[in-house]
Order: sequence, then C-alpha cells, then structure tokens
Amino acid sequence: MRTLKFSRKSLGIPYAVFLVLFVALPLLVLVYYAFTNGQGQFSLANLTGFFTDPNTLGTLCYSFAIAFVTTAVCLLLAYPAAYFLATSNIRQKHVLLLLFIMPMWINFSLRITALKEILTLIEGNLALYPFFNAVAGMTYDFLPFMILPIYNTISRLDGSLIEAAKDLGANDLSAFIKITLPLSVPGIVSGVSMVFLPAMTNYVVLDMLYNSTYIMGSLIGSYFSAYNWHGGSMIALILLAIIILFTLLTRGMEDDGNTAKVGGALL
Amino acid sequence: MKKYARGLFILLVLVFLYAPILILIFYSFTTAANIGQIRGFSMHNYVTLFTTPELRDMIVGTIVLALSAAVIATILGTMGAIGSFYSSRKASAFIDSLNEVPVINADVVTGFSICILLVVVLGISKDSYLPLICGHVALCAPFVYLSVIPKLKQMDSSIYEAALDLGAAPATALRKIVIPQIFSGIVSGFALAITLSLDDYFIATYTKPATFDTISTYVVNATKGSQTEIKTALWALSTVIFIIVVLIVVFANFRSVRTERKERVKA
Repeated sequence: MRTLKFSRKSLGIPYAVFLVLFVALPLLVLVYYAFTNGQGQFSLANLTGFFTDPNTLGTLCYSFAIAFVTTAVCLLLAYPAAYFLATSNIRQKHVLLLLFIMPMWINFSLRITALKEILTLIEGNLALYPFFNAVAGMTYDFLPFMILPIYNTISRLDGSLIEAAKDLGANDLSAFIKITLPLSVPGIVSGVSMVFLPAMTNYVVLDMLYNSTYIMGSLIGSYFSAYNWHGGSMIALILLAIIILFTLLTRGMEDDGNTAKVGGALL
Repeated sequence: MKKYARGLFILLVLVFLYAPILILIFYSFTTAANIGQIRGFSMHNYVTLFTTPELRDMIVGTIVLALSAAVIATILGTMGAIGSFYSSRKASAFIDSLNEVPVINADVVTGFSICILLVVVLGISKDSYLPLICGHVALCAPFVYLSVIPKLKQMDSSIYEAALDLGAAPATALRKIVIPQIFSGIVSGFALAITLSLDDYFIATYTKPATFDTISTYVVNATKGSQTEIKTALWALSTVIFIIVVLIVVFANFRSVRTERKERVKA
C-alpha cells in the first residue's frame, strides 16, 4: 500500500484551487455575461451601447475628471509632506509617520461621515459644491495611501548623491529637481496607482456627500440594483480593461512595496 | 524660517486628516444633533450605541466576519505561499499572477464578479453567507500571501535540510522550522486581512444577505436616512474605533521600540 506522502508543494493546491474558483472563474463569467444578452445569445449591444450613449460616456469622463483632480490634489499634499518628513532630522519621525497612516485603519465610512458633518457646517448645503465635495472626500480617504509609498522611497534615497551634487556646485533647488525628484518617481507611481483607480470606482464617497452624478462604480451599482447582470458585467469589464491598461503602463516604474496598499505591514 | 514652514505644512496636512474626526469625537459626548450646536455633556450616544440591538448586531457581525475571513485567508494564503515557494517556477508563476488580480482589481469589480458567479450562475443564496465569506477571503488572502512570500525568501533553507538529516519528518520540520521563521509575515498578513475586511464596503454590498450589515454598509445607509438618534450614536462608534486604533498603534509601537532596544543591547 502506498502511504500518502507529505510534500511541501502540495500545500499550495488548496489556495491555487481557491484562486481559480473565486478569482479566475468569476472574471470568465463576467466576460460571458458582458457579451451576451438576456436570451443567452452572443451580443455586442452592451459594448456598443456604452460607447454610443452620451450618458455613459459622460460618466466615463466625469470619473476620469474626479480621478485626475483627486490624484493631483493628493500628490500636491502628499509629496511635500512626505518629503519634509523624510528629510527632517527630528527624532520621533516614525511617530509622525504613524499619525499620517493611522487614518487608514479607521473605517472609511465613519471618516467620510466626519468629513460630511464638517463640510455641511462650512457650506450649509452640500449639494452646492458636488465636484469639490467629491474631490475633498476622496482626498480625505486616500491621502495616507499616497504619503506612505512616497515617504518610503524618499527615506531610502542615498543621501550621498545629494551631497555629491552640492559638492559639484548644485544649489538646493537644482539638487532637488535633478536628484531627489527623479529618484522618487517609483514612490509617486505607487501612490498614484493607489489613488487613481479607487477614485474612479469608489462611488460611496460621492453618495455619502450627496453628489448624485455617476462615476464608473455607480453604474455597476445601479445595474446591480436593477438585476441587469449583462449591463453590469460590461461596465465591470470596461473598468477591468482600464485597470489592466493602467497597470501595464506603470509596471516596472512602481516601487516594489505594493502591500503598502494598506500599510498594515507596519504593525 | 524654512524649517518652520516645513513643520507648518506637515501640521496643516495632519489637521486636515484629524480635525473632522476629533470634532466628531468632541460632539459625540454632547446632546447636539448637529455639529456646531453648543449643548451639554452627555453619554447618551454611548448608551444608544451599546443598547440598540440593531447597532450591536452590526458591530458583532462585522467583527465575526472579519475574524473568520481573516483566519481562513491566513491559513489559505500561508499554505499557498509555502506551496508556491517550493513549486516549479511555472506553478508558482501561475499562483503569483492569479494572486495579483484581486490586489490590483477594483473592489467593485471583485464583488460584482463573485456575486455573478455564486449567486446568479450557481444560484447559491446570499443568506448562506457563503458568497460573503468567499468574497472577503478572496479580498484578504492575496495580501497574506504577499506578506508571507518575502519571509520565505529571507529564510535560511539549510536549517530545514538539517532537521530532515537529523531524522525529522517533513511535516514536523515544516511546523518546527519553517513556520517559526515566517511567523512575523503570517501575523502581519493576518492583521492586514482584518483591516481589509473591516474597511470593505463593496464586496459586502454585492454578496451579503439582505438582513446582515457590516459597519460600512450600515453607516452608508444610515447617512442617507435622517434618524438623528442613530446618526449621533455612530459618532460614538467613531470615537470607540479611534481609541482602539490609537491603543493598538501605541502598543505595537511600544513593543517594536522595546525589541529594537533589546537587539541593540545584545549587539
């Protein structure tokens, strides 16, 4: 009789099966649903419908607009903050860094509630500034995810490069532009990819701040509520295409620490 | 002068991140129904929070879901990482790339696609909690995998070989040699899984039973309603979560400082 032999390789089988069943298979089903109609026949109607309807195209543009502006605002706040923190010589640096990251661990819906109360107090009626509120909400939600990777990249920079540049006659500004900024690109790219894509899809932030304009995520939500699986699948597929395109563009430029997505690694 | 400007910038970003939460915490201890009203001190929000069955259920539900999803994800992800680490290059590249999908994918797409497969195609009832658990494990396990893999790569593989040479069965060697060496990765993967599950909104929305709520889904629905009682009780919830997060951060930080000091003494 052959006894069951223990092998380290076989430990991976349950996870591989899980990934196939709950990651690969759902996406295949998504493709099937996107390209069929209610009768189960092959159909391009969902695809052509999306790209010919001015409403859905408008949603796509609005999503990009929100995502671009949110990413830009996050970058403008996060880069200087991360740079000042990483290059300062205060002793309790990691405590300050923790302060920047800690909001990640507080439930986002509760944080957005807090922001909403403040914005209501300041603006009176939230409906008056929908775009501003959406960007403020997203920035509030995602800022820590931009700060962490940039901080990590800058704090790992080889300080002797900057000293060398200064020895060779560069002033602070040109040393920054020619050395620090180019070398911190990987951190910026990581941060951008952690902010841009969620900003296109996280429609709850808009909902909570009474911005009723749709972004790409809201389309999936509304198809879901209407039990329109075929339409929803097409939107999901289009989003997936954008995500893949974005990932291919940034691949190789990114910092390796993708797990920084949640920053829990610090614990 | 320049130094103060830098400090001021960091301070302003921190104010942006914390002011809404801190103001909310302040008002959670009053009878005010809106921020900006000056009212007397009261703990009534905390009483409501802990005595309303609906609120208690969703808090307990969120925690039970996070713990079960994180435990399953940690077991699956760790086994997957060990298996993939010792597998052929092809097999581990396969697991690696499938593992990458939920990490880069938008949660809306992940949630929607799992809902389509399990609920629409396979007809599994959402009331069975199976879609919800599968969805959350699919969200968390990839991050466990990503935090264990680097520890396996840093591990000294000769100790495992030595244990085998000294007569240990492979399973014993794995348990006594490999697991302890990658344990810190497993722990941070588990912590990451918990935070991801706690913060999730989209996967829960698309896969949860109609009568079940997590903190995120509950809060999002509550902000659309106008029940003042519930709204201000959620301020109290924010306070409680904020305090827990601060305590965990302080504790983890204190411990890492202590181990660091110990290591320095040893050296």
